[in-house]
Amino acid sequence: MQSQATYNYKVVRQFAVMTVIWGIVGMLVGVIIAAQLVWPDLNVHEFLSYGRLRPLHTNAVIFAFGGCALFSTSYYCVQRTSHAPLFAPGLAAFTFWGWQLIILLAALSLPLGFTSGKEYAELEWPIDLLITVVWVSYAIVFFGTLVKRKVSHIYVANWFFGGFILTVAVLHLVNSAEIPVFAAGVLTPKSYSAYAGVQDAMIQWWYGHNAVGFFLTAGFLGMMYYFVPKQAGRPVYSYRLSVVHFWALVFTYMWAGPHHLHYTALPDWTQSIGMIFSLILLAPSWGGMINGIMTLSGAWHKLRDDPILKFMITSLSFYGMSTFEGPMMSIKTVNALSHYTDWTVGHVHSGALGWVAMIAIGCTYYILPRVFGKTEMASKKLIEIHFWVATIGVVLYIASMWIAGVMQGLMWRATNPDGTLTYSFVESVKATYPFWTIRLLGGVLFLSGMLIMAWNMFLTMAAGKATDAPVLEPAGAH
Amino acid sequence: MDLKNTSDFVSGFWNMYVIVITLVSVIGCGVFLLLQDKAKTNAGNTTGHVWDETLEEFNNPLPNWWRWMFYITVVFALVYLALYPGLGNMGGSFGWTMRGQYEAEMKKADDQYGPIFKKFQSQDIRAVAANSEAREMGQRLFLTYCAQCHGSDAKGAKGFPNLTDQDWLFGGTPAQIKESIVKGRDAAMPAKGIKPDLNADQIKDLANYVRSLSGISTDSIRTQRGKELFGQACGACHGPDGKGMVGVAPNLSDKVWLYGSKEEDIVETITKGRINRMPAFGEFLGDAKVHLLTAYVYGLGGGAKDDAPAAPAAAPAADAPAAPAAPAAPAEKK
Repeated sequence: MQSQATYNYKVVRQFAVMTVIWGIVGMLVGVIIAAQLVWPDLNVHEFLSYGRLRPLHTNAVIFAFGGCALFSTSYYCVQRTSHAPLFAPGLAAFTFWGWQLIILLAALSLPLGFTSGKEYAELEWPIDLLITVVWVSYAIVFFGTLVKRKVSHIYVANWFFGGFILTVAVLHLVNSAEIPVFAAGVLTPKSYSAYAGVQDAMIQWWYGHNAVGFFLTAGFLGMMYYFVPKQAGRPVYSYRLSVVHFWALVFTYMWAGPHHLHYTALPDWTQSIGMIFSLILLAPSWGGMINGIMTLSGAWHKLRDDPILKFMITSLSFYGMSTFEGPMMSIKTVNALSHYTDWTVGHVHSGALGWVAMIAIGCTYYILPRVFGKTEMASKKLIEIHFWVATIGVVLYIASMWIAGVMQGLMWRATNPDGTLTYSFVESVKATYPFWTIRLLGGVLFLSGMLIMAWNMFLTMAAGKATDAPVLEPAGAH
Repeated sequence: MDLKNTSDFVSGFWNMYVIVITLVSVIGCGVFLLLQDKAKTNAGNTTGHVWDETLEEFNNPLPNWWRWMFYITVVFALVYLALYPGLGNMGGSFGWTMRGQYEAEMKKADDQYGPIFKKFQSQDIRAVAANSEAREMGQRLFLTYCAQCHGSDAKGAKGFPNLTDQDWLFGGTPAQIKESIVKGRDAAMPAKGIKPDLNADQIKDLANYVRSLSGISTDSIRTQRGKELFGQACGACHGPDGKGMVGVAPNLSDKVWLYGSKEEDIVETITKGRINRMPAFGEFLGDAKVHLLTAYVYGLGGGAKDDAPAAPAAAPAADAPAAPAAPAAPAEKK
């Protein structure tokens, strides 16, 4: 084959740069709503009110920041581990521009008040259709590249990326089934869910929990399996473990959704099933953490002076922590205390900031110099600073929300000797203010880290130039 | 309908389907692990495959502690399914249900706390309102069930009546207050009163007249024109003098304004009408708690004195405490 052939780095580059940009935007909106909780007067206009900005924050960090990171890393990984450039490059370019258009439409429509009201799936039906088209294109590019591969075995990272792409398609199609509203015979952007009542709630949380399980976990484990061994220069710890935890993870996650609906109109049996599978999920989740962290065994010294590896290994530690916390919170008696409190918010962010964002940041630091013709980021020092600022930010965030959540749960259930509630709701709100302030500080720190990253990225881009690496021949006999 | 004996399934098939698929899935997790456990591993050596120059995989065995953790969760799941509901309609040997737990906890609470509330139930509202222990309990109930709308200080907000003044839309006697709490209240003022052909200019005239009733300075020409319209559009409910009628329409001649006294507020009220509702709490709270709450609200200072002519004129208001100055009082007492 021609040695001039190169990997398609253009789309990787575009997504990698936008990962940083959308990370800043999404986390900035997060900081704004965190500030609105501390100073409610900051709800200056309906477009910028908490209720409109909160879904903008979640959509921006999950689908814009997280989504761009997934596109960039999966496109990078699948080409290189298949030893073939991306299949259908035109379609790959379409996934970039289509995804950016979706993000833009979300950023406009959510503040304007267009919402389907389904958490993490708020976008209205016209955008849902666009998401479907872009996602199918993504699947064609990804699986098309796998089909073209020059090696017989499919690398483990690609199982996870593939599982994530297929499952998210199913989740999106089923949960977003909706009926557009005709007003006076005219089609409007408003729609209503195809499901009703407790079935709608169950579908929503089947989707909601699997959005976490596949979009934010399986996909990011794909990142971990490519970039951690690469950065550490060590083989993956255990092939057998990756087989077991992959299949157990994708199978078990599907059952866990009902734990979001404990003590609701959902039938007892459904709640129980959600709980037991959430507990079974602990081991498969930890399988990924073990395989990532143990990959470093024999090379622990690299952690000392490699800030990218620090990001990766810290992210795996947070992954292990939040996947332990999750099953515990799914136990009904624990859930009775934690549900509806800021503990849930803390749990989500220990996963979202500690795991998802930190692994994405680490991988993006790996990719950026390579797609701009460099071997390293412009400043290693800035990565080191970013790491510490982000880590302190996450710890402040999680710790304050743990304390706030347990305090709220205890205040809500406290009773006087006559059985009346000791605290009115607003007293628990008042008591939470100090912790919301600490959380805001944690958020500001994490956002500052992203700004440092953006500065480092622009320095790297200025010093380098867009470069595509040549396609490699597979090593050895396959 | 007896909810305890209804099924979540439209037919026995779905019941069996859920049982089978749940058991197969839980046991399947364990069997899968067992089979993988037996697969050949080769500690310290790689699988021999290489991707992208350097990517390799060791074929280390599953960590022991991890394998056992996995097995234990599978066993726990099976035990849990035997004890608790989870396998379709099979209830689990503990007989636990969410509904049963709720009912047991409520019964326990009723047994424990019921007598504390009941001891006031036979007493007259005025006596209860004068009892400091009852007032404290009443305030705690108020902060839990009423403060969301009427405010911690019971002074209300736009659209939510102030309970500390002398103005009572549905009457301020103990019996009337209790009825408001037990049955809730619905109120509706039709848009443009009973004169649907009012135009915008006439509405402005009416608003000026209504403001003048409370002694607010107004445009005198508009006020005069509004006065003529008032009888046709509003008088039927608010009375020819605008003094209203308890349970029918608010008094427009006092200084109390549920939706604001500004001209634009009143124009909006007349143009669009107003609909409001206080939810019924009787069934939810039960007689004993309603009794205490009635006494608390009555004792806030605004309770009407005139349903019992024999009572000394100043008695309830003077004996009862003023509206609580510090809304967070119960917490501070701790």
